Amino acid sequence: MKRVPQTPRPPLRAAGILILLALMVAVVAAIRFLALDFSGVMEPVSLQQMREYFVQFLQPDLTASHLQAIGNAALETLGMSAIGTLLAAVFGVCLSLPAAGYFGRVAQHCARGLLNILRAIPELVWAALMVLAAGLGPNAGTLALALHTTGVLGRLFAETLENTPTGPADALRGSGGSRITAFCYGTLPTLWPQWLAYTLYRWENNIRMSSVLGFVGAGGLGQMLYIHLSLFQQAQAASVILTMLLLVFAVDSLSLWLRQRYLAR
Amino acid sequence: MPPNTSHDMSSTNAQTAQFRQRDPAAAPRLLLALTFLLLLWPGLHYSELDLSVLFDSDSSSAMGALLGNAWPPAHDQAFLELLWHSTLETLAIAIAGIALALPVALLAALLATRALSRAALHQNGSPALAGRLLRWPLRALLILLRSVPEIVWALLLVRAVGLGPSAGVLAIAISYSGMLGKVFMEIFESVDQRPARALVGAGAPRLMAFLYGILPNAAAEMLSYTVYRWECALRASVVMGFVGAGGLGQQLELSLRMFAGDEVLTILLVFLLLVLLADQLSRLLRKRLV
Repeated sequence: MKRVPQTPRPPLRAAGILILLALMVAVVAAIRFLALDFSGVMEPVSLQQMREYFVQFLQPDLTASHLQAIGNAALETLGMSAIGTLLAAVFGVCLSLPAAGYFGRVAQHCARGLLNILRAIPELVWAALMVLAAGLGPNAGTLALALHTTGVLGRLFAETLENTPTGPADALRGSGGSRITAFCYGTLPTLWPQWLAYTLYRWENNIRMSSVLGFVGAGGLGQMLYIHLSLFQQAQAASVILTMLLLVFAVDSLSLWLRQRYLAR
Repeated sequence: MPPNTSHDMSSTNAQTAQFRQRDPAAAPRLLLALTFLLLLWPGLHYSELDLSVLFDSDSSSAMGALLGNAWPPAHDQAFLELLWHSTLETLAIAIAGIALALPVALLAALLATRALSRAALHQNGSPALAGRLLRWPLRALLILLRSVPEIVWALLLVRAVGLGPSAGVLAIAISYSGMLGKVFMEIFESVDQRPARALVGAGAPRLMAFLYGILPNAAAEMLSYTVYRWECALRASVVMGFVGAGGLGQQLELSLRMFAGDEVLTILLVFLLLVLLADQLSRLLRKRLV
């Protein structure tokens, strides 16, 4: 009789079970710590109030003058994201060269540290700081987007710089080309498409982000939403939220279409 | 002079002539560049860009006041205790938010997925019309929940349930149940479908088919994505404090309003540390669980 080969017994995953237990303890502790108590919210009176509040959002204000103001704010949002991303791409290139070690080790560490700090602080915090520095309005939002995105793009650009094959640049150096020539004709052509792709990807992110930066006063759709909600104008706020959604859907489908058209080949 | 040399010469000439032809990609590139410039010009107008404000921050301006007392970072006992409480609050908001989002997302994904359709067995994987019509509104709801940014949810909920961490928890629970639900649904549909189909075909209840046919293959990816989303929720809960939803963000906003540069610096340092630790923890968890 042929013996069926025994499959090895699956290892007892004690560590996995322990981790899951720890996670459960963490969840219980978190809910205890916050003293979350939704029983007050669940009372009929407050439920009724909440329903009244949210029902007001179902009748968005679609009058021409309001729509025009929204259109203006949407253009402001788009402008902030485009200029912010462009600035970030320029500064990112400037910082990625030292961060990839083109100007020695000291410059490399300084540039990397700077990029890490820029990237680690979220856009909204930058926006709050920039509102202090530059005053209310879209300029603050543009600067905030540029600062955070510089950190992101600078790091991505530096990584591609480090991973790019050095053959073409070495050949140009070997045949007597200057460093700048070698970089422009040996390194840049292979990097260029990747840098462009990263920049477009971040632009997509920034469009989404710039629509909420206005919550701290940095212009665009967010500022409009914040003002209308503060004035308890739910109908006007609802149409701003609808515009945000439309903007996000439009950007998503455009980027999907472009990706399928140009990257699938 | 042998006759074939001239032949060679003429062919090289033809080749150089060919090389001198214009770059075939020149016209579209030029057009694209021009479109970009045309689009950027109004962008420059709308964004009201003015870089000079970054450099002339003299001590009379708000930024100057903030930077002036930024060093050393605030480290008195009372403030550190306050900060510790806010940090714990931020952590707890992220954990409780994800914990609330997870069951909702699981349920929605189970209801919306095509992987457990009975009719799909006989129809080449496409579910019956009625099933598709019933799943469609659920999918639309998931899209709506995750397309509204979490900070907008927070802003709306602060007005509905009041200032404080419960608005933050609910905002994370709402937007992340949409995100997790959609991704879970995609994971269910992307794993090997044969075990679940065999079970459904043999007459097993669909919950059993899910538990024994799909979950074993999908669990690792689901856990890893959930942990990653927890990390995102932590960052989001810091930001949501700015609209009054509790945690470190609310403390940061208060300190910014009072131009207390030293407190701002301490909070930012704590925030960076928190994000770094969360990153390490999430990496460790994903390695252990997967």
